Order: sequence, then C-alpha cells, then structure tokens
Amino acid sequence: MKDILAELERRRASARLGGGQRRIDGQHAKGKLTARERVELLLDDGSFEEFDLFVTHRCTDFGMEDEKPAGDGVVTGWGTINGRLVYVFSQDFTVFGGSLSETHALKICKIMDMAVQNGAPVIGLNDSGGARIQEGVASLAGYAEVFQRNIEASGVVPQISVIMGPCAGGAVYSPAMTDFIFMVKDSSYMFVTGPDVVKTVTNEVVTAEELGGAITHTRKSSVADGAFDNDVDTLNEVRRLVDFLPLNNRQKAPVRPFFDEPGRVEPSLDTLVPDNSHTPYDMKELILAVADEGDMFEIQAEHAKNIITCFIRIEGQTTGVVANQPLVLAGCLDIDSSRKAARFVRFCDAFEIPLLTLVDVPGFLPGTGQEFGGVIKHGAKLLYAFGEATVPKVTVITRKAYGGAYDVMSSKHLRADMNYAWPTAQIAVMGAKGATEILYRSELGDAEKIAARTKSYEDRFANPFVAAERGFVDEVIMPHSTRRRVARAFASLRTKRRQLPWKKHGNIPL
Amino acid sequence: MFKKLLIANRGEIACRVIKSARKMGISTVAVYSDADRQALHVEMADEAVHIGPPQANQSYIVIDKIMDAVRQTGAEAVHPGYGFLSENPKFAEALEAEGVAFVGPPASAIVAMGDKITSKKLAKEAGVSTVPGYMGLIADAEEAVKISNEIGYPVMIKASAGGGGKGMRIAWNDQEAREGFQSSKNEAASSFGDDRIFIEKFVTQPRHIEIQVLADKHGNYLWLNERECSIQRRNQKVIEEAPSPFLDPETRRAMGEQACRLAAAVNYCSAGTVEFIVDADKNFYFLEMNTRLQVEHPVTELITGIDLVEQMIRVANGEKLPFTQDEIPINGWAIESRLYAEDPYRNFLPSIGRLSRYRPPAELAQPFMAVRNDTGVFEGGEISMYYDPMIAKLCTWGPDRAMAIEYMRNALDEFEVEGIGHNLPFLSAVMDHERFIRGDITTAFIAEEFPEGFNGVELGEAEQEKVAAVAAGMYRVAEIRRTRITGTMDNHKRKVGKEWVVTIGKREFPVEVEADRNGTTAHIDGQSIVMRSDWTPGDRLCKVEIDGVPHAFKVQKISSGYRVRYRGADMKVRVYTPRRAELARLMPEKMPADTSRLLLCPMPGLIVKLDVQVGDVVEEGQALCSVEAMKMENILRAEKHATVVKINAGPGDSLAVDDVIMEFE
Repeated sequence: MKDILAELERRRASARLGGGQRRIDGQHAKGKLTARERVELLLDDGSFEEFDLFVTHRCTDFGMEDEKPAGDGVVTGWGTINGRLVYVFSQDFTVFGGSLSETHALKICKIMDMAVQNGAPVIGLNDSGGARIQEGVASLAGYAEVFQRNIEASGVVPQISVIMGPCAGGAVYSPAMTDFIFMVKDSSYMFVTGPDVVKTVTNEVVTAEELGGAITHTRKSSVADGAFDNDVDTLNEVRRLVDFLPLNNRQKAPVRPFFDEPGRVEPSLDTLVPDNSHTPYDMKELILAVADEGDMFEIQAEHAKNIITCFIRIEGQTTGVVANQPLVLAGCLDIDSSRKAARFVRFCDAFEIPLLTLVDVPGFLPGTGQEFGGVIKHGAKLLYAFGEATVPKVTVITRKAYGGAYDVMSSKHLRADMNYAWPTAQIAVMGAKGATEILYRSELGDAEKIAARTKSYEDRFANPFVAAERGFVDEVIMPHSTRRRVARAFASLRTKRRQLPWKKHGNIPL
Repeated sequence: MFKKLLIANRGEIACRVIKSARKMGISTVAVYSDADRQALHVEMADEAVHIGPPQANQSYIVIDKIMDAVRQTGAEAVHPGYGFLSENPKFAEALEAEGVAFVGPPASAIVAMGDKITSKKLAKEAGVSTVPGYMGLIADAEEAVKISNEIGYPVMIKASAGGGGKGMRIAWNDQEAREGFQSSKNEAASSFGDDRIFIEKFVTQPRHIEIQVLADKHGNYLWLNERECSIQRRNQKVIEEAPSPFLDPETRRAMGEQACRLAAAVNYCSAGTVEFIVDADKNFYFLEMNTRLQVEHPVTELITGIDLVEQMIRVANGEKLPFTQDEIPINGWAIESRLYAEDPYRNFLPSIGRLSRYRPPAELAQPFMAVRNDTGVFEGGEISMYYDPMIAKLCTWGPDRAMAIEYMRNALDEFEVEGIGHNLPFLSAVMDHERFIRGDITTAFIAEEFPEGFNGVELGEAEQEKVAAVAAGMYRVAEIRRTRITGTMDNHKRKVGKEWVVTIGKREFPVEVEADRNGTTAHIDGQSIVMRSDWTPGDRLCKVEIDGVPHAFKVQKISSGYRVRYRGADMKVRVYTPRRAELARLMPEKMPADTSRLLLCPMPGLIVKLDVQVGDVVEEGQALCSVEAMKMENILRAEKHATVVKINAGPGDSLAVDDVIMEFE
C-alpha cells in the first residue's frame, strides 16, 4: 500500500520538474522564474490547487511520441489572492518552449470554463514560443478554443494576462482580448510577426525589444497596461490589482477596511488650481487627496498621459478614476486619450465599479494628424462609453470644461449622477479669447475693444455658475472638501439601479 | 504702546514678528507683492497692503511703497525683519521724518556699522579685539605684499564693500598676496563699483561665534550670550546653536562686554548682533555688527527665555529693558536647522514649485524639551524663484547639547516636505556626524566633511536593523488588512505568517514579527526589538517607540515594501516572506539606464527652441535647445563632442523631468 502512495509522490515530483533541472537553471539564468515559481508568487502561500498535472500531449509525429512530459507545458489550477478565488494558468517555457499543443490548450480551456461557471477571475502567465508546430492545425484549433472562451468570459469575469517571456504570432490574440496586459521589462515581448519576418517582408531592421518589448507596448502601441521591473514585482502588482477588482460581473466592487477619514479636509487643494488659467498643475495630486490612504493603481500610466485612468478606493470600495491631466498637452482630449479612457470606462461599467471623473479639459486637440486619424470616431468612443455606463458616476470639474469635451467628460447630460464644480471651474463653449474673436470678428482690429469684450465674456462664462443656474452642475463645492463630498455622493449611490433599453448589444464606434 | 505695527518683510520673519505683536495686543499690517498674494504672513496679519510686482527691488525694498502702506494704514511703527530694508539708514530716516517708529537702531548706528572699514575702526577705538590688519588704502600690489609680511601669513585680502565671498582671497606667501590683491581689486570694482581693498590676518580653524546684544534708549546695554554659527555652506549659515560648545565663561564674558562697548560707542538701541571669529586658542576677533534682528535669533530666545521681538518693540516705544545682565541665563541648549528649498543631491540647486506636502513636527514647549518651527510657508503653497530659498527654521531645545541634538534628529525625521527639493537629509546627516556631535566644528566643516557634496547617508548596522524591524512590522499590519477584503472564501482565509525577510539595498535581514497588545516585537539577529506605534496603512509618517525611545520614519508604499527616509538615508526597503525572498534573489539586478548618450529634460518645461538638427556634430558646451520652465529660459548644452542621431521633441512640446529630448552617438 505504502509503495502505491509513494508512487504518486514520485510521479508528482517528476511532473513538477517540468523540462528538467537543466532547463530550469536556464530559465533562472535569463532572470526568469519557472511556471510554478510564478504561480507561487501570484497566489497566497500554499493555496494553489492544481488540475491536470499528468496530462500529456497526443502527438505521434516527428518523434513526439517518445517525449511526453507530464503537464504538457502549462501549469493550471486555482488558488486564492488574499483569500479570494482566482483561476490561473502559467506556461512552462522549460517544456517544449512553452509551446501550445491541443492538450495544453484544453488545460487552459478547462480552468476558463470553471472560472466562468464559478465567477472568478482568470489570470494567464504567458511564456511561450508559440504554436506546437509538430501538431499543426490541432494547435491552431487549441488557440481558437481559448480565444472563443476569452470572448465569452469578457465582461463576465476579469481576465488578466501577464507576459513573462515571448508571446508571438497567434498567441498574442488571447492576451489581446483580456482586460489587462502586464509585461516584465527586458524579458518579455509580444508581436504578431517577429523581427526576422519583418526584415524579409518590409526590409525594416528592428530588435525584438524595439518591436514588441515592454517599453514599446506601454508607451507607443498601448497594447500593454503596465510594465514592471521583474517577475517578482510584476506578480506582486497583479495581486495588488486583483484586490481592486470584483470576482465577477454579478458582484459589487470589493470593499476592505480603510484607515482614512472619509470627511478628511485637504486645505492644500484650495491652491491647486493656479491663478493663471494657462499654468498647468498635477491632477494626480487631487486623485491622491481624494483616494483612501493616497493609494492608486494606474492603468496605462505611460500612454496618452494627457488622461489618467486609475483605480482608487473611497471608503474602502474600489472606484475607477478618469481624469484630464493638465500637465500634458494641457489635458486636452485626442485619439489616444479617448481610446484609453473609453476602454477603462467600459471595464468599470462591466464590473460594477463606480466612476469618478475629474475634468480640466480645454477641448479636443486640433490638427490634420488628429482628423486624418479619425478623432471623430475615437472621441465618440469615450462619449459612448460614458453615456452607456450605468454604474454610479460622479464628476468634478476643477477648471476648464470647454466645448464638446465638456459634454464628453461624464457631463450631466450623459446621465452622470452627481456633477460638482470647483469655484475655479470655467464651463463654456470655448476660452474667452477664442470666443470673442468669433463673436466680434468685425472689432478684431481694435485691441482695446476686443480686450473689453474678452473681459465681459470671461466675467459671464469663466465660472461654474452659468452651468449651475441650469442644474448642469448640481453644486459648486470647495476644493478642500472634495473628498468628503465625493465620498458622500458615492455612499448615496450604492443602491443605484439603472438599465438601458434591452438590446443585443450596442454598436460602439470601433 | 503702539496700536498698529507694519512689518516691512515677508516669509517666516514676518510671521514671527506678527506672533509677538499679537501677543502684545498690537494689530499688524502685512505688505505683499504679487507673488505673495496667498502667503502665510498676509493671512496672519490683521491688514495687508499690496506693494507691487514680485521682484523685491520693485516691492519689498522700495521705500516709497512701504511709506505709502504706512500712511494708508496709519501704522505707528515698522518692524523691518532682516534683509530687505532692515539695514537701510534711509528707510529709518524716512520713517523718522514722518514720526513713525522704526523698530531697530538709530540710522546713525546703521551707517556706522554698515561699512566694513569704518566699523572696524570704531570697534578698535572702543577696545574691541579686531583681526590684525591694515585698514588704510593700499596703493598697489607691492604695498600689499609689504603689509602682508607685517601682519604675517596667512592673510586675507578683502574688498571693503564685499560680501558673500566676492572679492575675497587668501594668501600664504608673497606671490599669492600679489595676485590676490589684483584679482580682488578687479572683482570688487566690477561687483561693487568700489575697489577699496584691505588686508587682515587670516584666522585658521575659525569658528563663527556671535554675541546678541540688546540695548534701550536709556543707556542700558546687555549681552544675551552667544550663538555659534560655524556650520556654513559657502558663507550661508545652515545650523546654529546657543550656547557655543567652545566658549568658557571668561571668554563669553569678555566677548559680551566688548560687544556692549561697541554698541554703546554708536549709541545703539534695539537688538543687534556682533559677529566674531574665534580661533583654536579662543582668541576672538571682531568681524562685523548686524544692526537688525538676526535670522538665528530663536536659539537665543530658547536659552534666555527672552522674546527679542517683543523687547525690540518695547525699546522702540521708549521703554526701559526690564532685566539686568545678571538676570540673563543660559538655560539648556538650543539648536536651529535651516530648511532650504535646495536640492542637496543636485549640488544644492535652488528648487521651486508647489509644496504638495508640508507637515512640520508639532511645536512643543515642555520643561525638558521644546520644538519650535518658524515658517512662512504652508502645504499647497508655492515656493517662488523671487526670494530667499529658506522656508523654515526648525529649533529644538533640551537640557544639554546631546539632548538638543537628539530632539533635532527626531524633529527632522518627522518633518515632511514634498514637491520641491530640500536639504532635510543633509541636516540629518550633520546631526549624526561624529565631529558635529563632539562640537569639533569650524566654518570649514561642510567643505571638509562633504568635499564631494552630499550623496545621501548610509546607515550603520544597528540603525538598519531598526528600519528592517519597523518595515516588517508595518508590512505585516498592511498584509493582514488585505486579507479582510470582501469576497474571500469562507473558512479558507489567507493567514499572514511571522517570518519575513527584509532587504535594504543588498543586505538581507531575516525578521520574525510577533504582536500582542503591548506592541510588536521583532526578533532580528538574535535580539528583540519592541515597537509601539499607532501607525495604520497609508500613514506617511510612522512614529514608533522602539524599546521605549521615540523614532519617526517617513514611509511611502512601493511594490513589496516601502521607501523609507530616516536620519538622512533614503532607502528602498522590501519585505518578503522567506520563500518570496528566495525567488527575489534570482531576479537580475537592473542597472540604471546609460543616459550619457541622451539629453534628458532637467525640469518640467516647454521646449521653446531647438538649436541643432539630426546629423549635426556638436561640441562640448554648444547650445542644443532651450527649455522654458517657470518663465525662465534654460539653455541645455552638449556635455561632450557628439553627433545628434535622433530628436524626440520639438518646439512647443511640454516635457516632464528626464524625458529624452535627443540622442547622440
């Protein structure tokens, strides 16, 4: 009897070695951890429960029948992050370079099905050379089975992808359909076609790092939502993000004990907006002052910095923040910032995360680059996303809210629940100078007259009261009491119920 | 008594004067420039008068503007603070002419002490010890050499109108005397328009020790003991203390009495300071007299219990001093640290911007401990480029010097300043410097001990262990809180363990943390550290009693740990479970990127002009582009011969610190 039990231990130990010690050492030498070590770091100590440890591939071509490592290049199962259920798969680069076979894909599909059924996030740790070429179309079928499950799980449970090694070709499309992608700096890359193919087809010479490294995807392409220094930091930050997310779309955003007075007054906010309306300031200061304990998790921090998207907590509950950043491009909206914010808003709406919008927007960025690039459609994405969102929505206008951009930024008209403005707010069709130059074109030659006109336009519109008179702004609030007012607003909205007319799905301008 | 006092100054000293005036029941008038509309002194005063644009030479030092403010508000007296108009005899005369009291000495005394040569002459006549030297006009370099030989090398060659180290040379032999004379003369002519030069003995191992005097208009002259101000960086005082660790009672008395003789010689009244230079043998020589309230006056107030500003106002009102020389004590020890908006890691470059965080330690006045912070700024305020970079004077007082230093260490640790570069870490470094602790200081202390500038502090073993214990304690609390999130699986909660591994730089500290209601105990390296703290996650200041002794750590959450600032050190401290630490050890060390081939934006600003194009070969010192920041145009120059291979930004782009502007080959 004892021997039989010992046999299990022997088989387990052998399976856990994956591709063997030599390959494990090779992985370490590259500064990368193994699939199992990563799972350990991601989950609470000792919480991992594994599925399909003994699964092997079924390929008989190219001599594959002689090599059948247990597990087939991916570690799957479930565990907890701070006591909350998550499903995880972690590709094992030491087994056939982490390549995806039919059975490898089936293992992933199994935990995805469980995740959707039980309402828990799926976290994928990607480190794979791509399709298992020996298996041909069976491998491609495997990818597609995963893609279809990504699509069906979208909006049902949060899906997070972590790119911790290569991720190329068809493999990129599974992460692409998940909610968040994080990358490890210097040791991960993603692209549809690699540098060699690029060279052959277009004659461009480019390194893998330049083509699809963490810097490229967090700054230029916006494919990735964040990048961290190494495996340990990356997985630690994923744990931190999971703390902000509900487990599924039927739950409210999570709440945890907090040590920060909801009524905390911040006198320094009274001087945040500079006297000169052209002088920038750092909107992050306001976000950190409103957030519990000054804690935020930023999404796409390096891309389209003229808008900030992040998660914070207010009274312990997760809240999504969309905020114009006057430090960059004066905080104006453009193609990139609209796309970035729209996707974030839709994520929050899908998962019942309330939205706080902080507005200081002088308008849309003008120029041929923007118009040719389709700023009309991209800007419309953000408009659509805010208007479609039925979660609690609170908006604070700190300074400029001009023109169409005013409408877009979660205005009253897009069914925001509470719209506040600071006394420094200027809600108008455009800045005073531009407005008078249009309204009084005939007087343009007379600098004195124009100055007087500008002054009178400013006096009339460079304030929040015209909007407040119409009820477009519910109240003008003191900057120092922003946290208290916002916290109370969200508290009153915890029972919010709002439904859009039934439809199969809307047709967001993609 | 006056009913209304105008303070012709700004910043901390204006606030300081307002406090005493308010205590005396006098209403106060502030004056302010455009840059000071929201300043603290304006907020504190009963009335405020706008006096013009930000530049001091168009506002704070324009006599007419101050006189207008006086007339407009009906102020009966004016306190000038220090700097600005405080030592301008014309201002004192202008006030006198209108029958308004000047809270300071008579104009004649200001004039007499205002010129280095005249004041030295007067001092000598009054029997004050002066540095051996020659005060007459020196015709040429050869005469300079002859005089230098008479005095004996080393000698100092100085511009009569000089200040701030300009036009000053030290000569150790004839040749240096010859050259020094010529270059001083040239520099003096161009800097001050006055090329008169004098030569005096150069005092080696000098200490800067000054006597506070206080005089009324009835012939009473008192000395309120000394302050030692030897800790200076390029003639800028950084740390002062009272009393001096160097003086004995006889020397103190001799200096005090001479200071009073000088004050009497010029019919001085109000508060004034006679500065001396003291050599290693306790020989002291008169330097100059400052005819105003001195920046570092609080240390004198702390050891004597006398409110100098109050006494100045009373003297200006014609009152007699209410105490005699015997009634002036030296009670305990006081230290002042000047907080400058200067970045010690960037060679003390002035730093401006928004004070996003400003939380000084709590002020205290207890029988055996006092903390005082004189300040003119507030959280959310703006540090502008127009005025002095000193933003606060932090003083501590204790029964003896060791205690005063200990209190200062903690007070500095508790002081939170963010948004601008500042010298808090440097001040902490001095407080822990073994030479400073011994009191073995001279005016060359900073130059000798920090010859390469300031590069941060490396803590000793015992202090690192404290940091490790505190970090593990905080991390444990934060991790336990994380397990209390909603949505956890019933009966299968995460359990937070006791074993941790803390890393500080490359060092690892295994720590076992246990907590009960008496506090948290960290077992580290065979010893137990008991900590009591009411820190909760999110607090940026962790005040903790370690084995009963109060400590404060500035903390900021980072991945797997905290950035901890303590005793001038700035550390990334990671806290791992033992298994996580084992895996973290496998992580490659990331070298900071090589930026020598890049032009990085040194400050947040706007590119206004590019001077080069891709392909250009640039030489060292060649202008590359201009960045406008805070309305100042800064020209960025090439550091070496290179070829421009890529330009990432163009005119009109606004950049953040360290954004890449161009790349070289």
